[in-house]
Amino acid sequence: MMAGRKVIRKVFLFLLTLPVFFFIFFPVLWLFSASLSTQVELFAIPMHWIPYHPTLQNYLDIFFPSLAASTVPRTFAVSLINSVKIASGVTLVSIVIGSLAAYALVRIPFKLNRSIQLGIIATRMIPEVSLILPLFILASSLQLINKPILLIVTYLSFALPYAIWMMAAFFQTVPVELEEAARLDGCSRLGILFRIVMPISVPGLISTAMFTFLLAWDEFFYALIFTSTLASKTVPVAIAEFIGRYTVNITGMMAGGILAALPPVILAFLFQRYIVTGMTAGAVKG
Amino acid sequence: MSIQSQTLVKRHFSLRQQDARTAWLLVIPSLVIILGVTLWPIIYTFILSFYHAPTGINQVRTFVGLGNYIEMVTDQLFWDTIRRTLYFTVVSVGLEMLLGLGIAQLIHSHPWGWQFLRFALIIPWAVPTIVNGAMWRWIYSADFGALNALLMQLGLIKHYIAWLTLPNAAMNLVIVADVWHTMPFVALVLQAALATLPIELEEAAAVDGASAFQRFWSIRLPLLRPAILVALIARTVDAFRVFDIVYILTSGGPAYKTLTITFLTYLNSFPFGKQGIGAALSFLISIFTVIMAFIFIRLLYRPEETQ
Amino acid sequence: MRNMNKVLMGILTLMLIASLVACGPKPSAGPVTIHILTMDQAGLKPAEIDQIARDFEAKNPDIKVNMEYVGYDYVHDKIVTGMAAKPPAYDAAMIDVIWPDEFIKSGYLLDVTNRVTTDMKTNMFPASWNGVTRNGKIYGMPWLMDVKYFMYNKDMLDKAGISAPPKTWEELVDQAKIIKQKGLSEFPVIWSWNQKEGVVCDFTVLLFGNGGAFLDTSGKPVFNNDKGVQILTWMKQTIDDGVTNPSSISSDEGAVETDFLAGKSAFAVNWLFQFSDSNDATKSQIVGQAAFAPMPVFAAGAAAGIKGSSVDGSSSFAIMATTPYADQTWKFLTYLASNEVQIKYSAEMLPVWQNDFQGDVLAKLEAATATNPITVPAFLAQFAYANERPTVPYYNEGSAALQLAIQEALTGVKTPKQALDEAAATWVQLASK
Repeated sequence: MMAGRKVIRKVFLFLLTLPVFFFIFFPVLWLFSASLSTQVELFAIPMHWIPYHPTLQNYLDIFFPSLAASTVPRTFAVSLINSVKIASGVTLVSIVIGSLAAYALVRIPFKLNRSIQLGIIATRMIPEVSLILPLFILASSLQLINKPILLIVTYLSFALPYAIWMMAAFFQTVPVELEEAARLDGCSRLGILFRIVMPISVPGLISTAMFTFLLAWDEFFYALIFTSTLASKTVPVAIAEFIGRYTVNITGMMAGGILAALPPVILAFLFQRYIVTGMTAGAVKG
Repeated sequence: MSIQSQTLVKRHFSLRQQDARTAWLLVIPSLVIILGVTLWPIIYTFILSFYHAPTGINQVRTFVGLGNYIEMVTDQLFWDTIRRTLYFTVVSVGLEMLLGLGIAQLIHSHPWGWQFLRFALIIPWAVPTIVNGAMWRWIYSADFGALNALLMQLGLIKHYIAWLTLPNAAMNLVIVADVWHTMPFVALVLQAALATLPIELEEAAAVDGASAFQRFWSIRLPLLRPAILVALIARTVDAFRVFDIVYILTSGGPAYKTLTITFLTYLNSFPFGKQGIGAALSFLISIFTVIMAFIFIRLLYRPEETQ
Repeated sequence: MRNMNKVLMGILTLMLIASLVACGPKPSAGPVTIHILTMDQAGLKPAEIDQIARDFEAKNPDIKVNMEYVGYDYVHDKIVTGMAAKPPAYDAAMIDVIWPDEFIKSGYLLDVTNRVTTDMKTNMFPASWNGVTRNGKIYGMPWLMDVKYFMYNKDMLDKAGISAPPKTWEELVDQAKIIKQKGLSEFPVIWSWNQKEGVVCDFTVLLFGNGGAFLDTSGKPVFNNDKGVQILTWMKQTIDDGVTNPSSISSDEGAVETDFLAGKSAFAVNWLFQFSDSNDATKSQIVGQAAFAPMPVFAAGAAAGIKGSSVDGSSSFAIMATTPYADQTWKFLTYLASNEVQIKYSAEMLPVWQNDFQGDVLAKLEAATATNPITVPAFLAQFAYANERPTVPYYNEGSAALQLAIQEALTGVKTPKQALDEAAATWVQLASK
C-alpha cells in the first residue's frame, strides 16, 4: 500500500511538471522552429508550427558569413567568443573576490560592517542608464573604448554587489558551530572559508556564478555604447544588428538567439554535478 | 583549567583584532572595484541633477537647485509612470516569486526528470533579453503571431487580436515576457537554498506528526527566509528599474502605457537631450528603490533566526 | 598560508585582466586614423563600404579609415555619447534627415559650407541638400536618398477590375472598398501608424497632400488647423470603415512590408526597400505583382495646386565639430560621394549626382539591375516632392508628442482636434525653452 501511494505521488508530481515544461518550452520551441524557417513561411496564415520547408540557411549564414546573402551575420561568431571571454572573466572575479567580501560581511563582526553592506547595495539603486555618460567620458579618457576589459570592469561593478549579497545569504545558512569548532582547532578565517563554508555552499555558489555569468551575457545598453568593433562586440550587440532600419531579419535573429543561449546552457549542464556534490557534502556533515 | 581559560580569553581578544584586519583585507578588493567604477559617475550625476543641462558641446549649464526635482515631482506623467512601474514591479515580482518557489519545491521533491527540469530552467534565462523581446513581440504580433494562432486554433478567439495595441493589456503582456525570462533565477536560487537545508529538522517534525503543509510553513519557509529575501530584493530592485525589455518590446507604447520610470529617464537623457532632468530622475528612482529595499529588510530580515 | 592564498589570488586576477587587455586592438602610430560611424543597412553593405575605405586608404596612405556599423535605432545614442568625449569618439557619422537641427543646436556638426564645391552643389540633387542645409549653411554630405513611395498590388487591382491606381486619397478609399467587397482583401490598405517616427512620416505625406503644413512662417505649429484635423479624421475614418487595417496602429514599416508581401493588402506606402523585397521569393508571396504609382494627394490639395507629396527619409554623412581631423575626414566623405564610387555601386544605391540620371548614363543606370528600369523612374518622379519634417531643434520631443497625439486620436481616446491641439501646445512650450 505504501509503495502504491508513493507511485501515485510520483505520478502526480510528474504531471505538475508538465505545465511548467510547456510554459518554458512553448516559446523556446517556437524560437527554434522560426530559426529553421524562411521569412515567407514565417508570415504564412494559417501558422506553420513546423516549417513545411525547413532550412538551415539562417545558421549557415552565421557560420559562413562570406557566403551569406546579407552580411549582417558575419560578426556573430566573433561576438560569441567575446561574450564568453567577458562573461567568464566577470564570473570568475566575482566569485573569487566577492566570496571574500561576503564571508567577511556575514561572519566577521567589525566596525563599519553594516555601513559597507548598505553602501554596496546602495550603489545598485541608481539605474545603470544614468551612469553611462560619465562612465563613457571616463573610459574614453583612459582609451578603453572598444576594449573587452572595459566591459569586464563595468559589469563587475554591477555584479559584485549582487554576488556578495547572494553568497552572504548562502554562507549564513552554514551552521556556525562548524566554524567555531574549526576556529578552536586553530583554523584561520580564510581556511574556514575555503575548507568549510564554500564546499557546503556550492549550490549557492553555482547559482551566484550563473547569475553573474548571465548578467554579463545578457547586458545590452552598455555593450552597445562601449563596443562596436569586432574585437569587443558582444552577443546582444551582434543580435541587435539583425534589427534593420525598417525590417527585422526575424529568422536570422531567432537562429542567433538559439546560438546565443547555448554557451550558458552548456555551462550549466557541465556544472550540474557540482550541485550534487554540494548536496552530498551537506548530508555528510550531518 | 584557569591557565587554559586565560589562554583562551587572550586568544579571543587577539583574534578579534586579527579578525578586523582580516575583514578589511577581504572586503577591500570588492570595494575598490565597485567604488572605483561607480563613485565618480554617481557624484557627477548627483551634481548634474541640480543643473539645467542640455546635451551638447559648450552648452551653458545653469544652476537650478531643486528645479529639476520640482519639475518632475509636479509632472503628472512622472506620477503616472511611477504608478505603472509599481504595478509592473508588484505583479512581475509576485508572479516570479510564486512560480519560482513552486518550481523550486517541485524540483526539490525529485519527480521523474527533475534534473532535466532544473537544466531546462536555464534556457529562458539564457536567451538574451534582446532576443526575448523580439521573440515575444513576434509571438504577440497582430497578423502573424503565435499567440493569435494558438488561441484561434483552440477556438478561443474568432479574429486575430492586435495584442500590443490594447492599452490595458500591453503592460501585462510585457510582464509575461519578463516573468518568463527571469523566473528561472528565483527558482534556481530557491532550489539551491532548499538543497542546503538540513533535513533533520523536518524529519524530526514528521516523526512528531506534523503535516506536509505545517512542515513547509513553520520550518522550511523560515529557513528559506534569507534566500527568499535575497531573491525578492534583487528582483524588486531590478524590476523597478526595468529598461531593456521595454526598450525592445514596446518602446513605452502604446500611448505610453508601458512607459517605465527608467525608460522615461533614458528618454530625457538621450532623445530629448535634457541631462539635468535625466539625472534628477535617476536620483528620484534611487530614493524609491532605497525605500522599497528598506521596507523589505525591515519586514523580513531577522538575523539570527536560522540558528 | 593565508598570505600565500591572497597573493595567489591576486596574481590570478591580475593575469586574467592582463590577458584580456592584451586582446584589445593596439593603437596605431603614424598615419592619422579617422573613425566613422554608420548605419548597418544604409544603401551599401558593410563589406562594400569597407572596400571603399580600403580603396581610399590605397590612394591616401597617410589616412586610415575605421568604419563602425550600428543599427539605425542606436546611431543617435552613440553619437550623443561619442561627442561627450574629447577627442570625440567619431570624426564623422551618418545622420538621419531629422537630426541636424538638434545636433546643430548641441554644437555637434561642423559647418562645411566652404568646403562644398560648386560642382557638388549644382550637380547633386538639390533635394538631397535639403536634408543637410540650415539657414544657408551646409552641415553634411548627401549619401542615401530615400522617399516614401506609393505601391500597389497590380494583380489584385486587375482581379477587382480596376484599371488604374488612384490619383487621390478619396479614389483610394473607393477602390479599396471595391477590393474589399470582392473578397480579395479584408483590409486593403496598410500603414505604419504605430507610436514611432513612421507615423509622423505618413502624417507628413498626407498633410502636405492636403495643402497643409507643420509650421507657419513664424515657426508656430499649424498642424492642428483645419487641414491637419481633416487628415487625422480621415485616417481614423478609414479604419472605422474597414479600409485601413486596424493593426496599422501597431505597425511599423517592417510590419507594413510583411503584410503587403503576404498578399494581404492592395496598397502600401513605404520606403524603397519594400519593392526589392517584394521580388525576393524567400520573403514575398507576391513576386512580380508590386508596382509603383505617384503618391496620391487629397482632392482639396490637388485643387490648391499640389501635384505630389511625400516625405524625405534620406541619410547623409556629417563631420563632428570637435574632430581634430576635419580635413582628412572631408577628403574621405568627398571620396564616398564621388561620382566614380557612386556609379560603381549604383546597383545597390542610387547615385546622388543628378547628371547620372541623364542620357547615356541614365540608360546604363537603368540597366544595372533587374529592377532599376522600374525604380529609377519612380524615384525621379517621387523624390522631387519629398517634404521635410519640421526642422526644429526640439524635433525628437515634438515628434514624440505628435506620435502620442495621433495614437490617442486613432484609438479613440481623444478627438483628432483635441489631440492635435494638445500636441501643438507642447510644441509651443518646447519652442520657448
